[in-house]
Amino acid sequence: MAQVTQLIHDYLRHNKKFPHVYCAGCGHGIVLGSLIRSVHRLGYAKDDVVLVAGIGCSGRMAVYVDFNTVHTTHGRALTFATGIKMANPALKVIVVMGDGDAMSIGGNHLIHAARRNIGLTALVLNNNIYGMTGGQASPTSPEGTVSATSPFGQLERSFDIVDMAMASGASYVARGTVLHANMLDGLISDALEKPGFNLVEILTPCHTQYGRKNKFKTVVDMYQWYKKNTVKLDRYAQLTPEEKPKFTPIGVFRDEMRQGLEVRYEELRNKLQEQRNA
Amino acid sequence: MATKKRKKTEIFALGNEAVVEGALLAGCNFYAGYPITPSTEIAEVMSARLPLVKDGVFIQMEDEIASMGAIIGASLAGRKSMTATSGPGFSLMQENLGYACMTEVPLVVVNVMRGGPSTGLPTSPAQGDVQQARWGCHGDHPIIVLSASDVQECLEMTVVAFNFAEKYRTPVILLLDEITAHTREKISIPGPEDFEILARVTPAMPPEWYVSYEETMRGVPALPPLGSGYRFHVTGLTHDQNGFPTSKPDEVKALMHRQFRKIDQFFYDIQLFDEVNCEDAEVVVLAYGCVARSAELAVHMARERGVKAGLLKLKTLFPFPKTAVQALARQCKALIVPEMNMGQISREVKRVNNGLTHVITNNRVDGQIITPSEIFKNIMQA
Repeated sequence: MAQVTQLIHDYLRHNKKFPHVYCAGCGHGIVLGSLIRSVHRLGYAKDDVVLVAGIGCSGRMAVYVDFNTVHTTHGRALTFATGIKMANPALKVIVVMGDGDAMSIGGNHLIHAARRNIGLTALVLNNNIYGMTGGQASPTSPEGTVSATSPFGQLERSFDIVDMAMASGASYVARGTVLHANMLDGLISDALEKPGFNLVEILTPCHTQYGRKNKFKTVVDMYQWYKKNTVKLDRYAQLTPEEKPKFTPIGVFRDEMRQGLEVRYEELRNKLQEQRNA
Repeated sequence: MATKKRKKTEIFALGNEAVVEGALLAGCNFYAGYPITPSTEIAEVMSARLPLVKDGVFIQMEDEIASMGAIIGASLAGRKSMTATSGPGFSLMQENLGYACMTEVPLVVVNVMRGGPSTGLPTSPAQGDVQQARWGCHGDHPIIVLSASDVQECLEMTVVAFNFAEKYRTPVILLLDEITAHTREKISIPGPEDFEILARVTPAMPPEWYVSYEETMRGVPALPPLGSGYRFHVTGLTHDQNGFPTSKPDEVKALMHRQFRKIDQFFYDIQLFDEVNCEDAEVVVLAYGCVARSAELAVHMARERGVKAGLLKLKTLFPFPKTAVQALARQCKALIVPEMNMGQISREVKRVNNGLTHVITNNRVDGQIITPSEIFKNIMQA
């Protein structure tokens, strides 16, 4: 335990901004821990990692961690990251977004980043709610969700982030939860090493804004919900069609190893410049 | 033959093409954009030219919001980056333009003005985005807005725009209009010895000493490229000298005041204008963009009739060249301000004129250029 704690401290900024903004029971800290363990395991230098974040609770992660950090505008993190990656493909660019960030205001940027397969790792922290602004319904709030802007229950269907990323052409797509922390370490490490656009959806509880209004008495109930209602992809495949809707599959949904746009652009540039010089 | 070796320095180009020439001369190596009339040629030519530039990148983004995001990201990664657009796209860019102002990211945005508001007159000229260029994004912010009135100036002012962006660590808006952008004429491309190319200040101190938004006399903090060993935080939140979010009044005030000061104290460096026949002028026409060309002809026509007319052509629109305007306002009996909007620069002129002389507005918003004869008539009546 002491070692784990030391590792976290090696990667956090000490000169500013603690204590953090996260509520008791929030899963965002587990994601940050998982990200730090993954970066450490893969041996990336802090100087080579750029953490780009959007707006919301997840966006605050950029302040805490000692990488090159860019806290952008709401929903636009992927566009900044695209510019950074195209400008300097040697950098490891990690994009942290919330569900409202990635799927609502930034939905267009997400599908196009996936389509052009730009070499970024997108972590979408899905807590099914707009936490920071006070618990309004988000595009991933399940039907029936009671929230500050759906006091009588959400009527709209929710987005499936994994389906969206796959349909848009991302080359690596996975889903994990903060309850399955070891698995999450594996998924993030895996994603970071893949070329092209890779996305990991991370289910993380927001008891303060979501759980309390939706029949989760304590935050532990939310973690237990993850335990009971998520299944690994191989087991999910064996479920009957009647059982499937009750469960959320977790694991790696797509792993295609396709070259990122930044690499393909570099190849094109080299080819054109060789032709000119010939 | 000696002539074969001579580098071609004269070309026949569109205003939009001249912008590309200027940008590449200034060292632009990153362009992100979205197609929109009448600015599209800039993106088209960039897409063909940039892959031939060392480390050059062209990327077509999904919209103008994304284009701004991408060029901010690229600029933070050390690139000289730009985008080009027109009215509707410029409106979409305001969000991230504000971010660039707050985080002090050098970049150039070319806005080829067309008739507005909304979709407006996509293929007709206008000058309706002048105040939007100054105040388009929310919150108090300083910004530099330039304009060009002919194809040669498109090239030159693009170079100036990059230099100002890098020197003062600020977004710079270059306002063109459909006529200037789509005029094709002969221009000469200057050699590298003909002008100065400025680069941003990068930190010279070791990373542990680096303070990313340090309060200095010059007011322009050093900006290292991402990944160069200087790890720092960039945020659109109001931040302290270390770049971390703050809401402490003394820190907020210091940031806002420094950002304004860094532009204000270099006003005389930024204020660019041309004077034609102004030495003894009794009637001065103040114009910018394509209207300045009509105005120049009108001034010559008036001189032929013995009227002492002069032209003050603004190349810098903001910070507003108040000393240039005031100097002439003190000497002339009338200032005529023709512009293709309902009076966006004339309100600045009236503000700095403050009763010194008679300000005559000449506005046109029907998608047609203000003709020399229209301005001439105003000069003769003044």
